[in-house]
Amino acid sequence: MTYNINNKGYYGEFGGAYIPEMLYPNVEELRQNYLKIMAEPSFKEEFDQLLKDYVGRPSPLYFAKRLSKTYNTKIYLKREDLNHTGAHKINNTIGQILMAQRLGKTRIIAETGAGQHGVATATVCALMGMECIVYMGEIDIARQAPNVARMKMLGATVIPAISGSKTLKDATNEAIRDWINNPINTHYIIGSVVGPHPYPDMVARFQSVVSEEIKWQLKEKEGTEKPDYVIACVGGGSNAAGAFYHYLEDTDVKLIAVEAAGKGIYSGESAATSILGKEGIIHGSKTLLMQTTDGQITEPYSISAGLDYPGVGPMHAHLYKTGRAEFVSITDNDAMIAGLELSKLEGIIPAIETSHSLAIFKEKQFKPTDIVIINLSGRGDKDLQNYIDYFKL
Amino acid sequence: MNRINKKLNESKKLLSIYFSAGFPSLNDTVSIIESLEKNGVDMIEIGLPFSDPLADGPTIQKSSTAALKNGMTTETLFNQLKDIRKTVSIPLIIMGYFNPMLQYGVEAFCKKCQEVGIDGLIIPDLPVDVYNNQYKSTFEKYGLINVFLITPQTSVERINFIDSISNGFIYMVSSASVTGSSSGFGKEQTDYFKRIAGMNLKNPQVIGFGISDNETFAQATTYAKGAIIGSAFIKHLNKNGVTKIDEFTRNILN
Ligand SMILES: Cc1ncc(COP(=O)(O)O)c(C=O)c1O
Repeated sequence: MTYNINNKGYYGEFGGAYIPEMLYPNVEELRQNYLKIMAEPSFKEEFDQLLKDYVGRPSPLYFAKRLSKTYNTKIYLKREDLNHTGAHKINNTIGQILMAQRLGKTRIIAETGAGQHGVATATVCALMGMECIVYMGEIDIARQAPNVARMKMLGATVIPAISGSKTLKDATNEAIRDWINNPINTHYIIGSVVGPHPYPDMVARFQSVVSEEIKWQLKEKEGTEKPDYVIACVGGGSNAAGAFYHYLEDTDVKLIAVEAAGKGIYSGESAATSILGKEGIIHGSKTLLMQTTDGQITEPYSISAGLDYPGVGPMHAHLYKTGRAEFVSITDNDAMIAGLELSKLEGIIPAIETSHSLAIFKEKQFKPTDIVIINLSGRGDKDLQNYIDYFKL
Repeated sequence: MNRINKKLNESKKLLSIYFSAGFPSLNDTVSIIESLEKNGVDMIEIGLPFSDPLADGPTIQKSSTAALKNGMTTETLFNQLKDIRKTVSIPLIIMGYFNPMLQYGVEAFCKKCQEVGIDGLIIPDLPVDVYNNQYKSTFEKYGLINVFLITPQTSVERINFIDSISNGFIYMVSSASVTGSSSGFGKEQTDYFKRIAGMNLKNPQVIGFGISDNETFAQATTYAKGAIIGSAFIKHLNKNGVTKIDEFTRNILN
C-alpha cells in the first residue's frame, strides 16, 4: 500500500478531477506539465533560491525546552511562523507563481479564508509583477480587515464572494467560476491540498520542503531523521501534507492530524470533517466533506478562519480511512488556551490554526523519550484581536 | 426508442428550457413543465438544485439557493415527478451536480429516473472518463442518455471521443463562461459553431449558455439542432412567477 498519490491522480479511492468540461483544458494542461516543470533544473534552482533568500528558509527546528518540561516529553517546533508573510502558505505560492510563469500565464486568481493564502499570493504576484485577483467571502472580509488591507497594499484586487454562505467555500467557487470565464491567460493558485488533481499533489510537493528540512535538522540534533510523532493542524491540509510528506511511507513515524472541533464535535458548530464528513465531491475532488444526507455541502464553524473548510484534501481522507494518521479534534477553547500557553512558555504567539495542534498535549500523553514534532504553521499576529477579546487581555 | 432520440429525429429545430426545480415555489415543478410543453418547448432540463453550483452564474446560483431554502430535495423532486408521464410527453432531462446523486446512490438515482420517466441526465462535474469507466452500464441499464458538454477550448480529439461515447446529443457550451453571462454572439462564437457543424459528428449538437432571446436562439439554431435557455427563463420566473410562460416562448420562437 502507498499513502502517496497514484498515477491516476487518486490517494486510494480519494482524489481525481470532478470538474466541468469548461475547466478540463486548464486542469489537463497543468496535469500534463507540472511534474515536468518541477523537475527542470532552472525551476528547482529558482524555487530553492527564493525559498532561501525571500522566504527565509530553512525555517528553524526549535527544541521547546519549557514546553517539553511541562509535558514531560521532547517537543520540537518546526518554525513555519518565521517565514515571510507569517505562515507555511508562501512555500506553495512561490512554487505556483513559478509554475504559472512557465505555463505562460499572466493573470493570477486565488481564494482565501483568513487571508493568509491571499496575502501569500498577493506577495508573490507583487514579486513577479503579475495581476492578482483574490476572492474572499464577504463575511471573512469583514472579520479579517488587516489581511484585506495587506493584500490591497500589495496591489491585489480583493473581490467579495457574495454567494452561498459568503465564506471560504464560496470564495473557492467564485475563483473556479473566474477560471471558467478566463481559460487562456489565467492560473488559479489554490491555497491548500484540495481541488482537482493535480492540485493536491502539486501543493503537497511544494510544501514537502517542510519535512525535507525536518529530516536533516533532526538528524543534526538527535542523530536520527525519524521522530516518533509529527503533528499538524488540518484545514484543507497543506501544512500537514508538507510536514508528513517524507514520512508517509515510514510507518515507524506516527502522524497526527488535528482538526477544529469548534464549539464541540456534535454542537452543530464544528469543522471536524473526518468525524462529521462523508465521502463526496467538493471543489473537484472526491474526498471527505461535511454535507447533508441529500448531498448539499454544509457550512463548518471554527474560531480559526483557516480551519473553517467543510472538506479535507484527498490525501488526508486516505490517511484517515487507512488509519495511517490519527485524527484528533480540538475545541475553540482548548486551542485558545494552548496558544496562550505557548506564548507564555516559549515566547512564541502562534496562529489560532496552529494552536489547535498544540492542544494535543492536553489530549494525549507522550513518553518522556518520545520525539514529538509540531508543525508551527503560522504566527499569531493576525489573531491578536481574537486572543485579546477571548482572554480579555 | 428513448424520447430524446425520437425528438432529435424530428426535422424541426429544438427549443429546450432549463429551470431549477423548487423555484419560485417548492411545488411549481409540475406546472412549469406542463406549461412549457403546452407552449411549444421541445425538451426540458429540470435542474436539481445544489449548494455549490460551480458552472453557474449568479442567476442560477440564486434560483438554486432559493429552491433549497424552499425545501427541495432529491426525494421531493422524484415525488413531484411521479405522475408526470400522465400529462407530459416531451423528453425530460435532469441536470444537476454529481454529489447529490452520489449521496442518493447512483444506481438508485438512475432507477428512480426510469420509474418517473426521465430520459437523460446532464451532470457537468461528472468527468467523461469516470462516467465511461464506472457508470455507463448503470445509466444504460435504466435507459438513460448521458449528455456531455464541449466548449470552444475542447480539442478535436476529445470532441471525437465524446461523440463516440454519446448516444443522444452533444451539449455545446457557447463560450468560455459560466451560465448566464453572455450577451449576443460575435464572430468568435459563430466561427466555433461553424467549425463544430463542419465536423459531421454522429450526435446532433444543442447549444447552451448565453441564449436569451429570439436573436441568439436563431443564431444558435442556424448551426445546431437546437438551443437551451436557462438563465433568461429563470429571470422571467423572477419577474412574472409562473405566469406568462406563453409570452416567453412566443418571443423566442416567433
Ligand atoms: C497558520 C495556518 N495554519 C494552518 C492553516 C490551515 O490550512 P492547511 O490545512 O492547508 O495547512 C492556515 C490557513 O489559512 C493557516 O493560516
